[in-house]
Amino acid sequence: MSPTPPMSPTQPTSTTVDLDVWEIVIGLEVHTELATATKLFSSAPNHFGGEANTNIDPLTLGLPGSLPVLNEQAVELAIRVGLALNCTVQRSTFARKNYFYPDQSKNYQISQFDLPINVDGSLELPDGKVVGIERAHLEEDTGKTTHVGGGGRIHDAQHSLVDYNRAGVPLLEIVGRPDLRSADEARAYVSELRSVLVAVGASDGKMEEGSLRVDCNVSVRRRGEEEFGTRCEIKNINSLRSLGRAVDYEAARQVDLITAGDRVEQQTRHWNEDEGRTTLLRSKEGSDDYRYFPEPDLVVLDPGSEWIERVRAELPMLPADRRHRLVEQCGAGVEQAALVVERGLDELCLAAVAAGADATRTLTHAEHNLSDGRSVELDPGSFAALVKMELDGSLSATQAKTVLAELVAHGGDPTEIAAVHGFEAMDSSELDGLIDALISNHPDEWQRFCDGDGKVTGFFVGQVMKATQGKADGKVVTGLLRDRAG
Amino acid sequence: MSERITTDDVAKVAKLARLRLRPDELTRFTEQLDAVLDHAEDLQTLDLDDLEPLAHPAELSNVLRADRVGALLDRDEVLASAPQAENGRYRVPPVLGEAP
Repeated sequence: MSPTPPMSPTQPTSTTVDLDVWEIVIGLEVHTELATATKLFSSAPNHFGGEANTNIDPLTLGLPGSLPVLNEQAVELAIRVGLALNCTVQRSTFARKNYFYPDQSKNYQISQFDLPINVDGSLELPDGKVVGIERAHLEEDTGKTTHVGGGGRIHDAQHSLVDYNRAGVPLLEIVGRPDLRSADEARAYVSELRSVLVAVGASDGKMEEGSLRVDCNVSVRRRGEEEFGTRCEIKNINSLRSLGRAVDYEAARQVDLITAGDRVEQQTRHWNEDEGRTTLLRSKEGSDDYRYFPEPDLVVLDPGSEWIERVRAELPMLPADRRHRLVEQCGAGVEQAALVVERGLDELCLAAVAAGADATRTLTHAEHNLSDGRSVELDPGSFAALVKMELDGSLSATQAKTVLAELVAHGGDPTEIAAVHGFEAMDSSELDGLIDALISNHPDEWQRFCDGDGKVTGFFVGQVMKATQGKADGKVVTGLLRDRAG
Repeated sequence: MSERITTDDVAKVAKLARLRLRPDELTRFTEQLDAVLDHAEDLQTLDLDDLEPLAHPAELSNVLRADRVGALLDRDEVLASAPQAENGRYRVPPVLGEAP
């Protein structure tokens, strides 16, 4: 747990917002680094890590005379993401965003402004909610500044050090519409977006390495109000957990301000993970202040229908479609489908079912007994054979679980693994003898069972399991008990 | 002077561009920028309905490069020409706040 932050006038007095009264409105801007070999406008490597200032060339350093040339693969990946997010891919242009800060050597960032490559898309979350995507545009990443002195705090730093390895790396900024209404939804959105980005090969999706960065716009309004409240943008969110905490903190801060009769001011705020709160970074500047103008060194980008349709035809099946398929073809529940697809086990389950395995039992195993990352390599035929053995009673549920774990770890034939463990179907005559002995040794419990006390069923089944070291099938035992009770 | 552009507007843009202007320069540039706006207004009177908006004066599109790594600069050589460097990085004066 983080230490309790010191109280201050803007500190929320409550940590949770009364959601019967207030509605939280969230819109996310996600920056993803595109998985290219080189930078967006130059042939220096796009490579995370490594020694400072080793991935540099004249353009990265903004040296006089250097000119940008657009990376074809960055465009390809941008189109893939755009199509995966149901965007319209359009003719686009580049613009200069001017600001003075040493993280860009040239005092401007090349971005897309009035004509972005992707517009008007959507993303479907696992629970079926559809979130609008306003745009997804190309721009270059910045260098990394390190503040020295003053305990690493920006405002007290003695000087700063700059590494331009990251400067110029291709980014896609994905601007979501303010359609999210809770911290959980915000997390689900980023998680789903990450799955899509990884599925289409646009990004490795590593938040901890900065491949995926989230800026979060939060506002609050009273339920029933039509107008959005004034929003604040929160930066420095480095994990899904931070995102949820930052949303809840910021919403509470804004509700407290309004409740106290104050106004929320449009600001950019900094999430402090250790203190668990947001602090003022600066008052929000308007886009006018960046003096955007068309980038004179780059011409129009117009991929055209041939390129766009080729990319569309090559797109892999996306997570939302894979979930739908599992629900439709195997009768999976919505949450079960989400979990199985997240683990990448949907193909395995479909193949096992196609090989004759019972769908419900197959999905139950995927949900509860296949959390191991190696499960994706499980042979569908062996998996199906195991499920069949379980269904025809030659393995109990407990035994099936043991065999399955071994299949995941070492592979092999489920029949042989069962034999090695001595998992053989109990002869019912063996069980008969055991049960008769139990009944005569526990007359009181037996009377309760006969009187319809369901609670003692577990006692008898447990005793049989103990005596057979788990080999007996619980369902068979219960059936034999019922037969005797008449 | 016209109301289209004021010396305050010019002072603001100068500040954003980190330019320090003397009062006489501020007046002169405001007059000059106002003349540019005159020219823009002249253009506004033309009937351009049948013309596609022009995104770039060069009528080219899709100038692209293959995603292949090329030549790099040597770090030590580059940093030798920097005013200050430290641990393989450019050393710069302290900056207030984070990047926009």
